[in-house]
Amino acid sequence: MSNLENWINKNTYHHSEFWDIKQLVEVKEKKNLTISLCLPTLNEEKTIGKEVIIFKSELMERYPLLDEIAVIDSGSEDKTLEVAKNYGADTYLASEILPGLEPKRGKGENLWKAIYQLKGDIIVYVDADISNIHPRFVYGLVAPLIYRDEVKYVKGFYDRPLAFSGNIRPSGGGRVTEILVRPLFSLFFPDLTALIQPLSGEYAVRREVLEQIAFPIGYGVETSHLIDVYHMYGLEAFAQTDLDKRVHENKPTQALGKMSFGILQTFIKRAKALGVLNKAEHTTLLRQFQVRQDQYEQNLIEIIEEERPPMLEIEEYRDKFKS
Amino acid sequence: MKDIKSLKKELPDFAEKLKKYRELLLANLVMVGEIPAPTFHESRRVEFILNRFDEAGMTDSSIDDAGNGIGVLSGTDNKAAILLNAHADTIFSDKTDHTMQVSSDTITGPGVADNAIGLAAMITLPYILDDLNIKLENDLVLMAGVKSLGRGNLEGMRFFLEKSSIKIKNAICIEGIQLGRLSYSSIGMLRGEITCRVPETYDWSRFGDSSAILTLNEVINKINDMRLPRRPRTSIVMGSIEGGTSFNTIARDATLRFEVRSESQEVVERAGETINDIVLEVSSKTGDQVELDIFAKRIPGGIPYAHPLTRCARVVMESLGIEPRLAPSISELSALIDKNIPALTLGVTIGERTFKTNETIQIEPIYKGLAHLIGTILAIDGGYCE
Repeated sequence: MSNLENWINKNTYHHSEFWDIKQLVEVKEKKNLTISLCLPTLNEEKTIGKEVIIFKSELMERYPLLDEIAVIDSGSEDKTLEVAKNYGADTYLASEILPGLEPKRGKGENLWKAIYQLKGDIIVYVDADISNIHPRFVYGLVAPLIYRDEVKYVKGFYDRPLAFSGNIRPSGGGRVTEILVRPLFSLFFPDLTALIQPLSGEYAVRREVLEQIAFPIGYGVETSHLIDVYHMYGLEAFAQTDLDKRVHENKPTQALGKMSFGILQTFIKRAKALGVLNKAEHTTLLRQFQVRQDQYEQNLIEIIEEERPPMLEIEEYRDKFKS
Repeated sequence: MKDIKSLKKELPDFAEKLKKYRELLLANLVMVGEIPAPTFHESRRVEFILNRFDEAGMTDSSIDDAGNGIGVLSGTDNKAAILLNAHADTIFSDKTDHTMQVSSDTITGPGVADNAIGLAAMITLPYILDDLNIKLENDLVLMAGVKSLGRGNLEGMRFFLEKSSIKIKNAICIEGIQLGRLSYSSIGMLRGEITCRVPETYDWSRFGDSSAILTLNEVINKINDMRLPRRPRTSIVMGSIEGGTSFNTIARDATLRFEVRSESQEVVERAGETINDIVLEVSSKTGDQVELDIFAKRIPGGIPYAHPLTRCARVVMESLGIEPRLAPSISELSALIDKNIPALTLGVTIGERTFKTNETIQIEPIYKGLAHLIGTILAIDGGYCE
């Protein structure tokens, strides 16, 4: 078994392994940890109310897993903040946190400012546009951090096929992940391909890590986190949890183009700084995912892009046409 | 009967006190309501409810052979039990998107009124009673009843009443809407389906003069011509029709779903016989297959308006400023009435667009509805309703 497969077996969880929230709270309290939930928002009035209600009821009132629930908003024009506040979330406008700094607008800004505004030793980020919200989105992510001190960054992924016949099926992320990020990681950071959905917006991180990394303000924030945390702590700092199905609105292809462009900028900046750009010349393995009997495994595909020189360099050609 | 005045004094503040359970209640509502539970397929929803009963420390909770989720909150003097029932099934198929949307003052989603809020009120109740340090003398049996609607024909409730050894003193059925609903009697009812089929041997060369829809139309016209008495009050509800497949092919089959309702059992039965005659007549005239399937019946009955239980519920409503809306019921109440158990159906809140996927309920009236429910339970438990 390769190192990556070892890592996948050891660090990939399913949220159902952490169903015992009572026990989770006991260990959290024993370790004297505090946990903050950050919901970054921009015009999310349709879904935010339900998220706040579910997390507050299940993970604050029933089981005190969360110490605070905060909505950090980029300037919504709908009733996002009113609804969130009504149901008892702490609400902040990103522009009002650290007002001395030049204001920037983007989801990464909200995530970054949460580090300053929120108190927790662990911050768990959950996107606010999930319509099938459930407490698992939080406890599934914080549990590996609570139980295992060496884990610093837990990423969510979603893998619940509705119907599938046969015992091997493809698995993985969304379109941008499979078309852009996974090929890039395969070339430059093969270890990071062990993360099934590198771009998911749901993750829990220790403060000691968050305070040390830079945050792209726009689309690149998830990608940069992975590269930076990997660079600082190695793959062992990561874990990932299957959170089952996540229902949200699908984005049109043009929006994904914008997202990809942002990610690519962030990626190139980091790849240059870390001096890995030349590495690509020797790598021909694309690493995708598949599931065999409930076990995640990497599917290694050798793709060798061989080239032919300009025809002009071929002697026979020159003899035929140029003589 | 004990004097209810002492209880009455405490009630007006009660609705206010219940506001602090908002998130708990609404979270239960969303979680239970987002689990699809079409009639006969309620098991996932019932399992969730059972988990909630277990978490509330109700060690006696279980799923019975019919599939009902039952939890027992033991009383201090458990001689008899009060049954609290909310039906777990909905009219929506499991293919319907069950996502709930929560705004500041409303919740929208399929089945939110019928009956997710009723279920949420029931499963949050043990937590509220415990938190408010309310101890009941009687056992409180909480039942998420299955197979209630449509062809389910109250099967879950009937099974429970037939097989359970628990002695039920009084029962309350919780329906999501409307706040103020007070049902204490059942009307007579029969529910059925009429299906028309063009026989396979039909001569298709006869151009356009036969269709299952036309045959069904004939049946509908004849039912519509039936003379119904004004007293006792009687009506026939034409609930839904279905038939055919496209613009340009003759409909091979068509179905009508209907209900006859009357204050008199005799009238219901007579109407049933007349409909049967209509079906036979149309069938023989057209040569099409016309079939009548009657799969649910209710017998009129119940407790009188002046019964102490009804009176208690009205006193509680009055002290909370709720206007009673008296209406007979054909739901679980009928099964309880059949067993001579004094019972009521109450509503939790105000809602609209029932049976549509954008069914909506208001949040603010829920506290009054809950206060009404708890007040009525306290009145029964305190012996005020005997």
